[in-house]
Amino acid sequence: MDLSHIFNSKKIFRISFYAVLFSFLSFAAFSEEHAAADTSHAAATEVHAEPKEKDEDISKVILHHIADSHEWHFFGHVALPLPVILWTDNGLVTFMSDKFGHNDHGTELIDADGTGLVNYHGKFYYPAESKSADGTYISHDSKGEITNGKPLDISITKNVVSLLISVVILLVVFIGIANAYKKREGKAPKGMQSILEPIILFVRDDIAKPQLGHKYRGFMPYLLTVFFFVWLNNLMGLVPFFPGGANLTGNIAVTMMLALCTFVLTTVNGNKNYWGHVFTPHVPWWLYPLMIPVEIVGLFVKPVALMIRLFANITAGHILILSLISLIFILKSVFVAGIAIPFVLFISVIELVVGFIQAFIFTILSALFIGMAVEESHAEH
Amino acid sequence: MIVGSIAGIGAGLAAIGAGIGIGNIGGKAMEGMARQPEAASKIQTAMLIAAAFVEAVALFAVVVAFLGTGQTN
Repeated sequence: MDLSHIFNSKKIFRISFYAVLFSFLSFAAFSEEHAAADTSHAAATEVHAEPKEKDEDISKVILHHIADSHEWHFFGHVALPLPVILWTDNGLVTFMSDKFGHNDHGTELIDADGTGLVNYHGKFYYPAESKSADGTYISHDSKGEITNGKPLDISITKNVVSLLISVVILLVVFIGIANAYKKREGKAPKGMQSILEPIILFVRDDIAKPQLGHKYRGFMPYLLTVFFFVWLNNLMGLVPFFPGGANLTGNIAVTMMLALCTFVLTTVNGNKNYWGHVFTPHVPWWLYPLMIPVEIVGLFVKPVALMIRLFANITAGHILILSLISLIFILKSVFVAGIAIPFVLFISVIELVVGFIQAFIFTILSALFIGMAVEESHAEH
Repeated sequence: MIVGSIAGIGAGLAAIGAGIGIGNIGGKAMEGMARQPEAASKIQTAMLIAAAFVEAVALFAVVVAFLGTGQTN
């Protein structure tokens, strides 16, 4: 018996084809960037003979890299300043993030149009009355928690800019494709259409139809949006230089909004059958006090699990890649790069596949939850 | 000196559990596909969904471990 039956499944072939294709598209860029980053870092450590990179700092550096920030760092001391918009006690305060220098140790008072602020680890606080023992205007309580007040931060941060960039890309690509379908109705797809048509059909035939049945049509716009949004941002998060580099899908607020959309859709579209399952489950009546709370908790756990799954997967991937690069600095030898960098490349390629799989899983679980909500009752319950 | 938090051990234990779970899912799915190659695509979708649920548990543990480590600093 030959092995060709493994590839008989069109879907498996399609998934692997796209995963491999997109892996190798970015592969070259990755290797170059990592090589460049490696040499520049190595040079930097030699120039700065002072023990600047301490072991304990590395986890801070990693967390700093995956966190949101008020500026978009390119290389060295080159960064794109982004507007800071704060709702303070004195009303709206706006300024560019580089206006008051780059001191984020909380040692310098900022006077933004009469509102005193202090920048501590990239976050803006109201300063304490006087400097504390460590020379900062930040006061801590006995547990080490910051007690300073905080203005409401609605700044256009790195993540927000990245979000807007991805929205623009998605709008341009998909409005273009939609127009192409209108113009070339009944004809073979062309250009961008031919690249994306199999993926759109994949979302329709393998995600929407099996989970939603004949009602799939109304939910296709949402499923397609969420699939391409998550996928594009997963990939952009892996690109280490400008248009990418923001850890958008690794930000729990972003994944929370996505999960909330699914939650709202399931709750709004839930039919009699769905709510019947929650409030009158098919169990003996004396189990109701147990089952109804469990079912209600289940309503909320599903989107929470969606949120945490995407957030933790992407964050874990980024931390893994950064930790492997940090091995060079932990072991303080350039030669570790010989092992670390190929490993980073390997993990990066795996992350490209994970980016696709997570987008797929987010979409299919959304479809599954919506499908549970709109499902008609079965005879056998 | 070994520095760290006990949360790391917890995350590791959760990874063992999730590893067993995902291993089982993958193994059984392959068995199923070998028996019925024509159902491979359906099995694969179900496998990925089940794996996602198992993986979520491990990731919950990772998140809890992060919160745990954050507290000790």
